[in-house]
Amino acid sequence: MTFSEWLDFFLPYVPGFLHASWLVLVITLLVIVVSWVAGLVVALGKASQIGVIRQASAFYIWFVRGTPALIQIFIVYFGLPQLGLGLSPFVAGVLALGINGGAYVAEIIRSGLSAIPRGQVESSLALGMSRSETLRRIVLPQVVRIILPAITNEAISTLKNTSLLSTITVVELTLYAQTIIATTFRPFEFYAATAVLYLIMTTLLSQIAAMLERHNARYL
Amino acid sequence: MAAIADNAAAPLLRIRDLRKSFGSHEVLKGISLEVRAGEVVSIIGASGSGKSTFLRCINVMEMPNEGFFDFEDFAFDFRAGARNQPTPAQLRALRARIGMVFQSYNLWPHMTVLENVIEAPMRVKRLARAEAVAIAESLLERIGLADKRGAYPSRLSGGQQQRVAIARALAMKPRLMLFDEVTSALDPELVGEVLALMASLAQEGMTMLLVTHEIGFAREVSTRTVFFDQGRIAEDGLPRDVLYRPQSERLQQFLRRVLHEHVATSAAREAHP
Ligand SMILES: Nc1ncnc2c1ncn2[C@@H]1O[C@H](COP(=O)(O)OP(=O)(O)OP(=O)(O)O)[C@@H](O)[C@H]1O
Ligand SMILES: [Mg+2]
Repeated sequence: MTFSEWLDFFLPYVPGFLHASWLVLVITLLVIVVSWVAGLVVALGKASQIGVIRQASAFYIWFVRGTPALIQIFIVYFGLPQLGLGLSPFVAGVLALGINGGAYVAEIIRSGLSAIPRGQVESSLALGMSRSETLRRIVLPQVVRIILPAITNEAISTLKNTSLLSTITVVELTLYAQTIIATTFRPFEFYAATAVLYLIMTTLLSQIAAMLERHNARYL
Repeated sequence: MAAIADNAAAPLLRIRDLRKSFGSHEVLKGISLEVRAGEVVSIIGASGSGKSTFLRCINVMEMPNEGFFDFEDFAFDFRAGARNQPTPAQLRALRARIGMVFQSYNLWPHMTVLENVIEAPMRVKRLARAEAVAIAESLLERIGLADKRGAYPSRLSGGQQQRVAIARALAMKPRLMLFDEVTSALDPELVGEVLALMASLAQEGMTMLLVTHEIGFAREVSTRTVFFDQGRIAEDGLPRDVLYRPQSERLQQFLRRVLHEHVATSAAREAHP
């Protein structure tokens, strides 16, 4: 195969791959939103005064971190319909990965919050600032900086985990590649192309994070 | 009514029978103290005698279990179920008028010196930025750190950070300042600059309550000294009486110990200037 023949062969698949990559980014973004909501709730739950809420939060984290993400996806997609809750592959996938990420995000938030010295909160409250102002102005800006590296890692593993949704028929990048390979019988080229696309996306994510981190590091 | 005459005679801060427990451990066992405007009250006492807890009850960072509290137009009864227990809004308003400085400066590291000082005036008093900046600049000028306005706290020495912390509290134009061992975390050679600032505040008539182990400073600057012993005020009087003619055996012991330590640190200071 000459280069131009090779190009002619691949070119028709480019839009499909780009579209599938775009879908990966969309799913990743949605999963991040769900996992942040879940993570915030669970992080607050773990700090709750109420014992039951604290235990439920601890159980959630224990369960999610102790079982494979794939099993969690299967439970949501195949298991829930049995309980009368049938979800589309897309929604089930976003939900399952979001629940999965939530446990990790909760732990990240907790460690970030505990890194802010109590005295900084006290000095803010002692000046008459409210709890929410103190959280918004004093605590969160610092927590964000502290947890940024961990959050980036979490976003990157979320992005890679979206390939698990190929098992429940979400036609994201991995499943798209598989369907192409099934008709072309060229696994090496197409899986390599798929890997490169994932690499571009994950690298982009860490680049953005590194940029934010540099911007944030100016007061150290 | 004789309200005006009453006001002139009334203390700025009046606390009666204040009690505070942590769990079953009663830390403050009925404290009564009146402070008039312009008084500088130094509080001394052994570790664990409840000095910090008492200061933190004054701006209600700790909620007392019992006691009556009057400060300007605030009147609280801290007993459970009492009608005039402080509301969150009152607490904010109260804290806006009482400045507090801590042993560990507690500046906010993600904000510059100027931002640290203008934050509360802008958020709590809703001052326009320009106005808050003007107040902050004159305070920074006064503490000799005008050139550090754009610096982050991590670039400052401990003494400089503590002076900024004082300026941050002063920017709210408080009627009362609480200082809790504000020089204890400082290297010996940086203590002087912070004490000098506090002395100049006292001279200007700022009402101050200060917990300190610097007996000499208490003697020179305060108008009154209070000795805390196991959650009670054991002695209360002029600094020269309390510090140099202690009545109780426990205060005599305490002073001997503190002065001994002080001599030791002074000697160390001279050995390593
Ligand atoms: N938040 C808290 N929870 C439980 N116990 C506390 C708390 N704060 C203070 N205490 C206890 O109250 C007692 C008095 O503490 P406080 O800090 O008021 O003493 P202090 O006179 O300031 O001592 P120091 O000179 O060491 O600063 C101590 O036994 C301390 O352990
Ligand atoms: Mg103390």
